[in-house]
Amino acid sequence: MKILVCVSNVPDTTTKVRFSDAKTFDSTGVQWIINPWDELSLTRAVEFRESIPAVVEKVTVINVGPALTEATLRKALAIGADDAIRVNADPKDAFAVAFQIAEAVRNDGYDLILCGIESSDYNGSAVGGMLAELLDMPNLSAVSGLNITAADVMVDRDIDGGKEVLKVQLPLLLVVQKGIAKDARIPSMRGIMTARTKPLVVKEAVAGDTYAEIVGFDLPQAKAKCKMIDAENLAELARVMHEEIKAF
Amino acid sequence: MKKLKHSDFQYHHSYSCTFKNSIMSVLIYSEHTEGKFKKSAFELVAYGAAIANSIGSKAIALVIGKVDPQELSKLGNYGATTVFNIADGSIDHLSNHLFAAYISQVAEKEGATVVVFSHSNTGKALAPRLAVRMKAGLVTAASGLPTTFEPFIVKKSSFTGKAFAKVQINTNCKVLTLAPNSYPFSETGGTASIESFSPSVAAKPAGTQLTDVQKQTGKILLTDADTVVSGGRGMKGPENWAPIEELADLLGAGTACSRPVADEGWRPHHEHVGQTGKVVAPNLYIALGISGAIQHLGGISSSKFIIAINKDPEAPIFEAADYGVIGDVQKILPDLITEVKKAKQ
Amino acid sequence: MEFAYTEEQKMIQQAARDYAQRELIKDVLERDAKAEYPTHHVKALAELGFMGMLVDPKWDGGGMDTVSYVLAMEEISKIDSSVSVIMSVNNSLVCYGIESYGTEEQKEKWLKPLARGEKIGAFLLSEPEAGSDATSQRTTAEDKGDHYLLNGTKNWITNGNSASTYLVIAQTNPEKGHKGINVLLVDRHAPGISLGPHEDKMGMRSSDTHSVMFNDVIVPKENRIGEDGFGFKFAMKTLEGGRIGIAAQALGIAQGAFERAVKYSKERKAFGTEIFNHQSVAFKLAEMHTRIEAARLFCLKAAWLKDQHQPYGTASAIAKYWAAETAMYVTTEAVQIHGGYGYVREYHVERLMREAKLTQIYEGTSEIQQVIISRAIFNEVY
Repeated sequence: MKILVCVSNVPDTTTKVRFSDAKTFDSTGVQWIINPWDELSLTRAVEFRESIPAVVEKVTVINVGPALTEATLRKALAIGADDAIRVNADPKDAFAVAFQIAEAVRNDGYDLILCGIESSDYNGSAVGGMLAELLDMPNLSAVSGLNITAADVMVDRDIDGGKEVLKVQLPLLLVVQKGIAKDARIPSMRGIMTARTKPLVVKEAVAGDTYAEIVGFDLPQAKAKCKMIDAENLAELARVMHEEIKAF
Repeated sequence: MKKLKHSDFQYHHSYSCTFKNSIMSVLIYSEHTEGKFKKSAFELVAYGAAIANSIGSKAIALVIGKVDPQELSKLGNYGATTVFNIADGSIDHLSNHLFAAYISQVAEKEGATVVVFSHSNTGKALAPRLAVRMKAGLVTAASGLPTTFEPFIVKKSSFTGKAFAKVQINTNCKVLTLAPNSYPFSETGGTASIESFSPSVAAKPAGTQLTDVQKQTGKILLTDADTVVSGGRGMKGPENWAPIEELADLLGAGTACSRPVADEGWRPHHEHVGQTGKVVAPNLYIALGISGAIQHLGGISSSKFIIAINKDPEAPIFEAADYGVIGDVQKILPDLITEVKKAKQ
Repeated sequence: MEFAYTEEQKMIQQAARDYAQRELIKDVLERDAKAEYPTHHVKALAELGFMGMLVDPKWDGGGMDTVSYVLAMEEISKIDSSVSVIMSVNNSLVCYGIESYGTEEQKEKWLKPLARGEKIGAFLLSEPEAGSDATSQRTTAEDKGDHYLLNGTKNWITNGNSASTYLVIAQTNPEKGHKGINVLLVDRHAPGISLGPHEDKMGMRSSDTHSVMFNDVIVPKENRIGEDGFGFKFAMKTLEGGRIGIAAQALGIAQGAFERAVKYSKERKAFGTEIFNHQSVAFKLAEMHTRIEAARLFCLKAAWLKDQHQPYGTASAIAKYWAAETAMYVTTEAVQIHGGYGYVREYHVERLMREAKLTQIYEGTSEIQQVIISRAIFNEVY
């Protein structure tokens, strides 16, 4: 089977969030990384690529973005993807991202497509489901486990208070979240070296629509200073919990 | 491995989302759990009804699955005027592409220009597919009502809680998911008519087969809980968790933990709250022996109130907390439990 | 002049950083307190390719350049110098020595497992009576025709117990002085080898340090590296490269302490404001940062020269000397900035200070580095 892993290029989580104008994130000096959920789904795909190469024959990563995302795609190759595609565009909303990916891979016959639940910058939670609809594929969401063998594909889906274990058929798109892999894989020296020669193809964007756009950002209101309560005066804390917070 | 063919899937059709000569509506997707609605379902109805009010539309709820008429009618008490129910034994189990097709049918029939979901597992599963079908702009985890309707602008948390993005939807139709606990609501005393709906989309299996369901019984769900009691590394070890559980029982709260605690195996992974774990928005979050790393704060910043207990006065958690106690959490917890018991009498 | 790292160098730096900050941090304090060897970390880093990252891929190494090595050593040392010294000895002393001067058969037999990190190497030069003065080797390797007979004691051997392969420097022909010294590949488990107890050290306690005793150990002739009498030159040449690893280690120790001091000074309040806003602290941090940046440039230049196959002995001596002195200075100030908190284990800086001290001593003391540098000045070989 061929697996496609969609990866988003996001600022490192410790980056200070600044805006260069009302509606543009200031990316000066930003360290870019693979979106953490995408990194986990890539790790899982690569684990199967390595353990059952006769079953999982190829893992491709795709990103929709400008040239600077290629460093992240190379890292994905170093982690173990076989090839990478960058659709050259600067998408303004999730639909634009999903649309470009759909147009780029529509005829490539991927059996399994993995998308992270959201990206850590815009927290859209949209691309996976949109992509499935655009490709007319069924999809499962809230996926926290994936197991591929020669015989079948099993998926864990989180539900309220538990999880379902499902046996699935391909082609299928999975929107994955925490649990899909234990830890993101760290690329080895061998991986970094072979990344040099693995293909990274750039495709031009197709004309498409944007349905929504960010018109501004607000910084969260500064929180009022924490009211400290003495450890000897816990009766006061209980009173606050009862009368002000109404916790009981 | 047998593969499905492209023709096995129902071909979707999308509609142009301009309705003339018809009364328009706001469609509210009301989730139920085993035939019962949770607080978040009522919150969503009130939210949808408020939007309907602002744009001169009807507020319509859609429920998929077997739910008693008595339960369905509760939605009328929060602002829905009609409740559509698709109840057919074979489709009780969530199937993203099928449910999106059903919702789209109801939306088209009722002239829905706005469809709202909870930002839950199900809402996140369905909203994006529906948005594509309806050629609708989508905003997920909206933090409240649209700030303006013309243009249609909704705020949502972004950069994992570090900023709010103001998103403008430019399409005729709009799909929103509502972030948990973001909309204050109350009963309206109204009623709703209940109609059953039979989708003309054939229920075809997507090739998934349920083989097992694992549930955590008895415990309060973190995402439902009004109060969450959470422990971090400052608790020193899993053997010290009994007071946390006792406090949680006293408050009818859910129990949670920070990431290192889950990684060490002191507590199960589903209790992990944080950027890569669960994001919670309870009325009260009590952080015990948690330092307040940025990734943890990302999972609790929408809590209404945060109380922190930690021995380190420099701990970043105190920047995020509303009330704080400095001291040894092992000594303070039993005393706090005593005080809460007293205050409860 | 290009001061930027390549994409690949950045990836290697990131991989080392990720491993250090995700995995090494978890048990570094515990291992330091208990002086416990980091077995699973060595294995994990071997699997990632760090243990032989400089070795040519045809010998199962990572084929990376020295600049990447410096970046990786720095990242790991910020968190755990015990692990980085194991890595440094394996890479820059043992693997480098065999790869540069060994025969094809020796490389096939000895280098490959070391490059893969399946086996760990140790470098046995120091003796109870000979540290800086390496010419006075008392360990003897008597030429017995088809083998050498090894007798003597080596001191302060990093990886003494965990290593499977020893590079032993020993005297064969004392009448030739240092030109009679040879270097031998020795199997750690050969009969006649015994170890002293694990040294109870000030710092880098998670790495195993032992004295090693040789009692009539038979070493086949084909285990000698290079011509008869090449041993001393081998040692000096290999230490030139080893110096870069240790310089990078010292750089990491300093940077790690510095980052912690910055973080602390932005959070800690005294006299109504964060202590960073007090000039005495701000100026200390400025001095620390400046010295660290200088150390970094020295390390990178030495690495670059080595990668360019240009002479780098003096550059590496300058790098090691400056980085070690900087590490001692920075860690001491970092403890001071932390105040009382700097004196307890939980805050790491006291451990970094204990680790910094060793960088001034091993693989050529700071005084020996000064000898090397002044000799270069005298000979006008810069």
